[in-house]
Amino acid sequence: MSLYFTKDHEWVNVDGDHATVGISDHAQQALGDIVFAEVPDAGRRVSKGDEAAVVESVKAASDVYAPVSGEVTEGNSALGDDPSLINRDPEGDGWFFKLKLADPGELGGLMDEAAYREWCKTL
Amino acid sequence: MDQTGQVQASLPLDQWHRDRGGRMVAFAGYAMPVQYDGIMAEHLWTRENAGLFDVSHMGQLLIHGKDSDRALETLMPGDFSAQKDMKLKYSLLLADDGGIIDDLMATRRGDDFYVVVNGATKFGDIDVFEHGLPRQIVVDHMKQQALLALQGPRAVDVLDAIVPGVAELTFMECRAFHALGQTLWISRSGYTGEDGFEISVPGPGAAALADAIIANPLARPIGLGARDSLRLEAGLPLYGHDIDRSTTPVMAGLNFAINKRRRAEGGFPGAVRILGELDQGPVQKRIGLTIEGRQPVREGAVILDGEGSEIGRITSGGHSPSLQRPIAMGYVAAALAEEGTALKIEQRGKLFDATVTAMPFVPHKYHRKPAGA
Repeated sequence: MSLYFTKDHEWVNVDGDHATVGISDHAQQALGDIVFAEVPDAGRRVSKGDEAAVVESVKAASDVYAPVSGEVTEGNSALGDDPSLINRDPEGDGWFFKLKLADPGELGGLMDEAAYREWCKTL
Repeated sequence: MDQTGQVQASLPLDQWHRDRGGRMVAFAGYAMPVQYDGIMAEHLWTRENAGLFDVSHMGQLLIHGKDSDRALETLMPGDFSAQKDMKLKYSLLLADDGGIIDDLMATRRGDDFYVVVNGATKFGDIDVFEHGLPRQIVVDHMKQQALLALQGPRAVDVLDAIVPGVAELTFMECRAFHALGQTLWISRSGYTGEDGFEISVPGPGAAALADAIIANPLARPIGLGARDSLRLEAGLPLYGHDIDRSTTPVMAGLNFAINKRRRAEGGFPGAVRILGELDQGPVQKRIGLTIEGRQPVREGAVILDGEGSEIGRITSGGHSPSLQRPIAMGYVAAALAEEGTALKIEQRGKLFDATVTAMPFVPHKYHRKPAGA
């Protein structure tokens, strides 16, 4: 398994040609209390950079972009009942969706965990 | 300028907020704390205990001069002549077409009026007062004063321990007190729907007062984020969003601000239109909405009738921490403003079911003077 991050603060955890996507701890802190999340249904095809999910805090709505292209295999249904999972465990149980990678080569453009955490300190 | 923009100056409690973990954002030309621990927790804390808000960005004006009450009546629809000493009155600065230039709170202090206006509009308001009032009336912008609000069911316990006697004030009453070596002008009022106080304090003494308040474990500092969700639940309009130059007092449901004598006599800007709307009803009305599901609808979302025709717009919307559901305010055609009317809202290509709901969404808990007292 390898973990990558985008400059939009999504993470993607890759296992073979399958990946899990969510938003980083930095992102959930910046958003504040999350009150709603909408995740894509299985079967939806997303391209890198597409608006794949929506997350709303008390203050504002934000898009979650697909960090890589692929076909969604599962949306996290637990977020519908308890969107605050994203605040409590953003890089674990608060994941957004899983997908089957269309082009593993896209991962090359993402940051690894160490680089991402360092970059966040500069923000 | 609206909510955001360049920071022009810092307020007396700037460092105080930063030292306590306030997340600072640009608001009305100042850096202001949007939150400390989190909007939800701060909101609920205020509904249950006491929340301390810094609202020093608001404009504090002292309007004085001979017959200032009559003079104010040429710009606003309130009966300032009959206003009793040290009582607050909510009023509206009106444009000639009846649109709202600002909403404000005016307190009579003898022959003078102490007026609190919105932060983002204060300089424009001062201009309106200076140009609209006779020459003998002087408008003093009290820039040296900070303004704090302590809101919530325990606010009275917290503040009375520091400033003995404030518990005797009733809703919309004001008095000068002396505490912590300074003069504090304290009114029983606020913008959350809760019992509470607003405290005008000299800027250099504001931190000492804020420290004394939050030394009580019942009181915590609260950011602007929770101030917005609290006032939305209380059904209170926010200038620049729910009311502005395109809305009249009657459209906004603020008829109580047009006092009886003024209805009979007129003589305020936009009186012809406003009195006509009072008589025949406005074309559009401000309403409250509860939204089905969990997703908030926000300012700018389109309100549709059963046929899918646009009948208005959302002016404020968000998650209600107290009700645990999305709520909103907006304007619709008057025929569809009836409580219980089912409407649809369109936001980013998605439709939401909504129901017209009486405001406040969460009951007010003001400390009113007992009837007959």
